[in-house]
Amino acid sequence: MGIRFILMVNKQGQTRLAQYYEYLTIEERRALEGEIVRKCLARTEQQCSFVEHRNYKIVYRRYASLFFLVGVDNEENELAILEFIHLLVETMDRHFGNVCELDIMFHLEKAHFMLEEMVMNGCIVETSKSNILGPIQLLEKAS
Amino acid sequence: MNPFSSGTRLRDMIRSIRACKTAAEERAVVRKECAAIRAAISENDQDYRHRNLAKLMFIHMLGYPTHFGQMECLKSIASPGFPEKRIGYLGLMLLLDERQEVLMLVTNSIKQDLNHTNQYIVGLALCALGNICSAEMARDLAPEVERLLQFRDPNIRKKAALCTIRIIRKVPDLAENFINSAASLLKEKHHGVLLTGVQLCTDLCKVSSEALEYFRKKCTEGVVKVLKDLANSPYAPEYDIAGITDPFLHIRLLKFLRVLGQGDVDTSDCMNDILAQVATKTESNKNAGNAILYECVATIMSIEDNGGLRVLAINILGRFLSNRDNNIRYVALNMLMRAITVDSQAVQRHRATILECVKDSDASIRKRALELVYLLVNESNVKPLTKELIDYLEVSEPEFRGDLTAKICSIVEKFSPEKIWYIDQMLKVLSEAGNYVKDDVWHALIVVITNASNLHGYAVRSLYRLVQTAGDQEILIRVAVWCIGEYGDMLVNNTGFLDMEEPITVTESDAVDVVETAIKRHSSDLTSRAMCLVALLKLSSRFPSCSVRINNIIVQYKGSLVLELQQRALEFGAIVDKHQNIRSTLVERMPVLDEATYSGRRAGSVPTVVSTSQGTPINLPNGVAKTTSAPLVDLLDLSSDDVPVPSSSGGDFLQDLLGVDLSPSSSQTDTNQAQKRGTDVLLDLLSIGTPPAQSNSSIPDMVSSSQDSKSAINVLEQLSSPSAPAGGVSTPPGSSSMMDLLDGFAPNPSKPENNGPAYPSIVAFESSTLKVTFNFSKQPGNQQTTIIEANFSNKTFDAYTDFIFQAAVPKFLQLHLDPASSNTLPASGNGSISQKLRITNSQHGKKSLVMRIRIGYKLNSKDVLEDGQINNFPRGL
Repeated sequence: MGIRFILMVNKQGQTRLAQYYEYLTIEERRALEGEIVRKCLARTEQQCSFVEHRNYKIVYRRYASLFFLVGVDNEENELAILEFIHLLVETMDRHFGNVCELDIMFHLEKAHFMLEEMVMNGCIVETSKSNILGPIQLLEKAS
Repeated sequence: MNPFSSGTRLRDMIRSIRACKTAAEERAVVRKECAAIRAAISENDQDYRHRNLAKLMFIHMLGYPTHFGQMECLKSIASPGFPEKRIGYLGLMLLLDERQEVLMLVTNSIKQDLNHTNQYIVGLALCALGNICSAEMARDLAPEVERLLQFRDPNIRKKAALCTIRIIRKVPDLAENFINSAASLLKEKHHGVLLTGVQLCTDLCKVSSEALEYFRKKCTEGVVKVLKDLANSPYAPEYDIAGITDPFLHIRLLKFLRVLGQGDVDTSDCMNDILAQVATKTESNKNAGNAILYECVATIMSIEDNGGLRVLAINILGRFLSNRDNNIRYVALNMLMRAITVDSQAVQRHRATILECVKDSDASIRKRALELVYLLVNESNVKPLTKELIDYLEVSEPEFRGDLTAKICSIVEKFSPEKIWYIDQMLKVLSEAGNYVKDDVWHALIVVITNASNLHGYAVRSLYRLVQTAGDQEILIRVAVWCIGEYGDMLVNNTGFLDMEEPITVTESDAVDVVETAIKRHSSDLTSRAMCLVALLKLSSRFPSCSVRINNIIVQYKGSLVLELQQRALEFGAIVDKHQNIRSTLVERMPVLDEATYSGRRAGSVPTVVSTSQGTPINLPNGVAKTTSAPLVDLLDLSSDDVPVPSSSGGDFLQDLLGVDLSPSSSQTDTNQAQKRGTDVLLDLLSIGTPPAQSNSSIPDMVSSSQDSKSAINVLEQLSSPSAPAGGVSTPPGSSSMMDLLDGFAPNPSKPENNGPAYPSIVAFESSTLKVTFNFSKQPGNQQTTIIEANFSNKTFDAYTDFIFQAAVPKFLQLHLDPASSNTLPASGNGSISQKLRITNSQHGKKSLVMRIRIGYKLNSKDVLEDGQINNFPRGL
């Protein structure tokens, strides 16, 4: 399975969304997130978007104050994951309208639902924005 | 009504957490919220369940424990409404994992929801199952999922496909049920279904060779056509990224073709045209296009030989490598590592560029480039490459030096054309980055030096010179001190002077100066100081004129607070003072160490006992090979605590010889550790130069006072009959660890394995980094005992070192672990470690085997731990 976890972190290093596709204890997660965030946030714009950490490869991308970090295994196509992060951001943009950190914080559930439509068990399920957002908008209309 | 439950809204909680200035404030808010949620849970408050779960998710994300909310998720899932179910399932995926027993309770709810009339509810259940399903759930729910693969709505089909992947990974036996339905997904038009369907087929091929054959025969042409249509498709706004239609699907298809083509010439031929088209026609000015090209190159490199395509692929990589975008350069380096096995000549052409990448300012690129350079080295280019790397070592950043040093040492050891070059390079590394050099590396250097008798003088003179300029490198000092101790006379007399050397004049007292400075450096650690004392003792005989001065230095350590140094100082002092007549014999040169045995033991593959000098080694209960027969040897053996040699950890025997390793070497099991401690005391007593005549009578006294009776008896039996086979005194269970170690020295007795029914092998544990398979056999006439041969293989590109496998079983089982075949696991499945386990099941026939395992290893010198539980043992073991 390609994707092992997806993190959204602000530039202070606080986690804003975390979804793991493999089991880690709370302590392991905290430690891992701390280490990764320290490594990635210290990098400059010119450096490449990939960082190797433990047995993960982290593909990350920064949008304004928010970092999107995706942990993948060795098999995964790093460039494709970069493209996937962009797709994720565009999808959230379409839903929230210029998505920002607070949108994700205060609508954590919704952000997860979107992610759930895009990634399952570490694999990408759907790449069409309207297909991803369909069920979410339906629920919004219903409630 | 609970006073808390009307509590805060989710939004308010998040606000108050955001407002926290310190971690302590945040903890307080979270504690208060958790208390309120717990209260609501115990009241069985349904109105706020949704809100409480949402809060728990937030709290969980912040990294606080939320296990108390797990049951709430289950209740929420069981409720009829869609919103409740949805939050319940989300909570299930976030707060629970497949190891928890609570999960068993949810199987029934999921089953009902999979059969629900509302397709969105079916979707929720599928998604949850796909993310957390365990092996048991997979067995129970596979029929439902199989049916859903044909559901009318494509959104359900795509989720069912990914759910199937989880199921077949958990229970590979189920794979064949899904082959036909998976193949039919490949004919779909819906991108989501295609994407997941192709992924499913790829995964089926990994677990079932039958599936692979089937897809190769029936689907290759179809997949090629899908890719062709996709590559030529007109603009599709919904899937378009930078002018390319659905790059994600492109990549999945290319991956699948790779699996199909690998190892099959006909299938590979089938896809040549489309691969050539993708490789030449794809736009390379945007990331999406490059992602496809990258994947296409990977496929071309993996499928069966086609020269033309390979040239195309290498050219693409060459273009990538010279790209200014660091991301592209990174993937190019990554791919060249794979290409090197296919066409190393082509990769060698890019050597200069790659070497530049080692010096890049970006750590990720440096690391990849270094790995690649390491693979590029061969006998013909080792000299220039090593020179470049060592030059760079001087200016590299501290955090990169560890990796770089390890690689340089490894290259130098592997490819060195001659000894003098090897010694030169190692000394350069030691003086630049000595503190990053691992113990086994400098031990190996000493072994090489002792073996090169014509270079003894050269080595000691070079070391002397380097210590003057790079006197702050601890490891360099150790090697220098050791060599000066051994070959000090050659330093002073310029023995074995080579033409290329610069002349140097060193007096005896200069040489002693070096050792004195080293022992007095306050950053020197215990090992270095102890080595200094040994060197001083040796020099006192080699340089009679400095004898008094040396004695004065030694005397200063008689009052050392460190027992080890104090003891050495006292004993050495006595030798210098009182035993002038035997001193010169005592401190003769070290016997030459056997290079082949040493390197074999480092690799952990030839666990032979090395007899350190004359005299018969006898086996003591902790597996120490210690020489005791000749009295002289006893005295020579200056080490105060002999380091036991665990059968598989290499590099320790030299420490035996040096007698300097003061830290207990890593032993393999805890029981071992305890026993070792005991015998260390004994060995201490043995090695404190007791007069030979008395030794036989005095040892037993000491033994019986300091040891518990059982091990004392063992030792005594051993001592009284040095040649008796050690196995003869084994008394379970106390001696099991001794057997462990002894087993490593003798070839394992072959066990008849054709007794009783044959059991299928299982994949006991698999993560993305590691795979463990178990083969079973029964001991003849003993149905309770199962012999398991565990095989470990490495799925990453980096070798694992210090590999240790541990296992635990419930009380009704008894477990015995034999030593592993090695402690180093080569990268990419190029070789494996095997280890034998013996399990005795006292409830044979009633209960089946279960086991918890933990695997520890070092990856790039970082510790990694993986653990898991094995439940899928064949029945009846």
